Amino acid sequence: MISDSTPTRVFRHVFLVIGCLIVIVPIYFVFVASSIPLPAIFQRPMPLLPGSEIIQNYYQAIFHGGRGLGGARAIGAGVMLQNSFIMAGGITVAKIIVSLLSTFAIVFFRFPGRSILFWIIFMTLMLPVEVRIVPTYGLVSDLGMLNSYVGLILPLAVSATATFLFKQYFMTIPDQLVEAAKIDGAGPMRFFSYILVPMSRTPIAALVVIQFVYGWNQYLWPLLITTERRFYTLMIGLGRMLNAGDAQADWHIIMAITILSMIPTMLLVLGMQKTFVKGLTEADK
Amino acid sequence: MVTGKSVVFKDKGLPYLLLAPEVTLTAVFFIVPAVQALIMAFYREDAFGFSRTFIGFGNFERVLNDAQYVQSIWTTLAFSVAVAVITMVLALFFASLANNIGKKAIYYQTIIISPYAVAPLVAGVMWFFLMSPAVGVVAYALRLLGITWNHAIVPWQAFMLVVAASSWQRIAYNFLFYLAGMQMIPDSLLESAAIDGSGPVSRFWRITFPLLSPTTFFLAIVNTIYVFFYTFPVIHTLTEGGPNNSTATMVYRIYRDGFRSLDYGGSSAQSVILMAFVMVFVLIQFRYVERRVYY
Repeated sequence: MISDSTPTRVFRHVFLVIGCLIVIVPIYFVFVASSIPLPAIFQRPMPLLPGSEIIQNYYQAIFHGGRGLGGARAIGAGVMLQNSFIMAGGITVAKIIVSLLSTFAIVFFRFPGRSILFWIIFMTLMLPVEVRIVPTYGLVSDLGMLNSYVGLILPLAVSATATFLFKQYFMTIPDQLVEAAKIDGAGPMRFFSYILVPMSRTPIAALVVIQFVYGWNQYLWPLLITTERRFYTLMIGLGRMLNAGDAQADWHIIMAITILSMIPTMLLVLGMQKTFVKGLTEADK
Repeated sequence: MVTGKSVVFKDKGLPYLLLAPEVTLTAVFFIVPAVQALIMAFYREDAFGFSRTFIGFGNFERVLNDAQYVQSIWTTLAFSVAVAVITMVLALFFASLANNIGKKAIYYQTIIISPYAVAPLVAGVMWFFLMSPAVGVVAYALRLLGITWNHAIVPWQAFMLVVAASSWQRIAYNFLFYLAGMQMIPDSLLESAAIDGSGPVSRFWRITFPLLSPTTFFLAIVNTIYVFFYTFPVIHTLTEGGPNNSTATMVYRIYRDGFRSLDYGGSSAQSVILMAFVMVFVLIQFRYVERRVYY
């Protein structure tokens, strides 16, 4: 490594600290707003230090929610957290299992139609839900899956990203392993569950982070198919509360829910930082 | 042709069984609806779905002759350029600072990548709050500087609000890719340049930046696609496409025309146009990926 001159070192650290502040300061203000009573938020300027209402605000956010359009109460963040967990978790598990199986078939077998099937799967990359939204909504509605977890999860459960990441990873597995398994008389499914899946811990872990964040952040799809409040995810609930207009909104509750909705994904991303960074930068290339 | 292993298992039925879940889901939820969108784009359907008439390219003509729709294409592209340029410049700057400082880099990395975990909508709500004319701290600070901020009335301010929220959230992703790219550059290259007396800035422009051009190209495409789709939550919740259509993107129009105005034909035609845009971007990316392999 090349050693820097002192001014260069100082320059690096000063601007990296500024970069970190750009990330932290907005979140800090949101946190402060979530810890003070509503009238204090309307002070000019708003207080700069956390207040004493933190427990009351978060209690109200989790169990009651804030006012929505026309004064109607939205639902408590507790229910929305649960729905977001079910949706994000369901999408993650489904995508990983489905992609593991199909990629195993594509890489470790030769059969007629193999290329065509791979390209069909790959096409899903080009068709995000937004470009086929009206017919997909019609279909899910016809299947009676509006306001259901299955309806939230299934249409988003296929992933070209996962298929690609697994394919790249499987290609690095030495042929000798397959040969050894065959000599020992292990069938393909035995090889899959005792060798391949345990060996794929790294890409699986990276995909858990990537896909959970993807599922957690979904907005347009749950917006269309959840009309009952008990199926609202955090994103939908937050959106509905803001429709009250920014002068009447329950800002202290909205800010508490904003903080609550950052925590699970942030813990996941930062807790699995190393695996996730490696998986992400390799998956998308 | 798709590559596979040279040593493979032999089984006639099993591979199809393994592929069945993925192929079924893809067919039911991706291919069939996409084909339906394609078909619907050529029909006029009444709002109740009782009758439909084939009208050829009628929907496309109607949509493309709508000045507001054409404006939404430009708005979407303007968002893409603004967000891509801002995030890539800042991410490249921070990554180049963090690349050569040893073990401490991980602390900075941890903080700078954390917005990756923040949903686009949540980032939008945060910036909406900070810049709200009624309660926002940033809006208050701007007022002290003599700038009146009201994104509910001033079109360019609404545009900038969406750009700020998306960029704040998106720097994380770009930073990770630039940092990963920089770590691939052999130390010996930079060391020999340093021995020849070139300073950190000239090393960056003469060696690091040119060698990062595949990453730059990749990020430009990915950021564009990202902006096409992930500005929707912010726009739907916070600006509703306004004021004066300044934040109405292509995806927002598809939603509004399809689900608010129940204009299925027009909305489907817009979906097809959007699909064409995405396909062009994906194909460009593909060509580049293939070329990279032959380096």
